[in-house]
Amino acid sequence: MIFGRVAGSVVATRRSDRVEGPKFLLVELTDCRGGSPGSRDFLVAVDGVGAGVGELVMVTQGPSARQTTRTDRQPVDALICGIIDLVEERGAVAFRK
Amino acid sequence: MLLARVAGTVVSTNKEPKIEGFKFLLLEKIDPATMKGKNDFVVAMDTVDAGVGEVVFYVSGSSSRMTTVTDGKPSDAAVVAIVDAVDLDGRLVYQKDRP
Repeated sequence: MIFGRVAGSVVATRRSDRVEGPKFLLVELTDCRGGSPGSRDFLVAVDGVGAGVGELVMVTQGPSARQTTRTDRQPVDALICGIIDLVEERGAVAFRK
Repeated sequence: MLLARVAGTVVSTNKEPKIEGFKFLLLEKIDPATMKGKNDFVVAMDTVDAGVGEVVFYVSGSSSRMTTVTDGKPSDAAVVAIVDAVDLDGRLVYQKDRP
C-alpha cells in the first residue's frame, strides 16, 4: 500500500457497466508523514472506508484493489483501504491524525 | 485509476484476432492540479464510447480486463469512465462542457 491524502473527488456518471459510482476520490500521493514528496502526483481511487477530504489514507493498487466484496471483479486498480490514525517511524510519531 | 484526456484514436489493421473490432484510444495523462496534459501517453481500450477531447479515467493492469468489453482480451489499459467534474482542494477544477 502507498500513502496518500484525499485531495478531492471525481464525478463520472458515464461508466463501464461494472464500475460502481458515481463518486471516486482524488488522492494525492504523499510520504509517510503526509507531506508532499516534491512533485504532485495524483490517482483516482475507489473509497472502501468512507474517507474524507484531507485525511491521510493508505491505497492498495493493482489486482489487490479487487480483493474486497465491494470491488470484487470490478475494473478497479486503486482502492482506499484504510484511514490512517498514526504512523510510527523508528520509535517516533511521524504522523498523528 | 489515472486521469487522462482522449487525445486521439489508434488504428491497427494487423492485430491479435481477439481484439479485432475494438476501439483504441490515445490518452494523454493529465495533472489534476492544472488539468493540463503531462505529455505522457498510453493506448487504452474504450468501454464507454469516449470521444476526442473528453476527460476520462482508465484502469491499468489485470483490472482492465474486468469489463464486459475487455473480459478475456489482452488488455492492460481500459477507459472505464467519462469524467463530469473534478474537485481538488475544495475547488472545482474541471467541469465537462465548461471552458
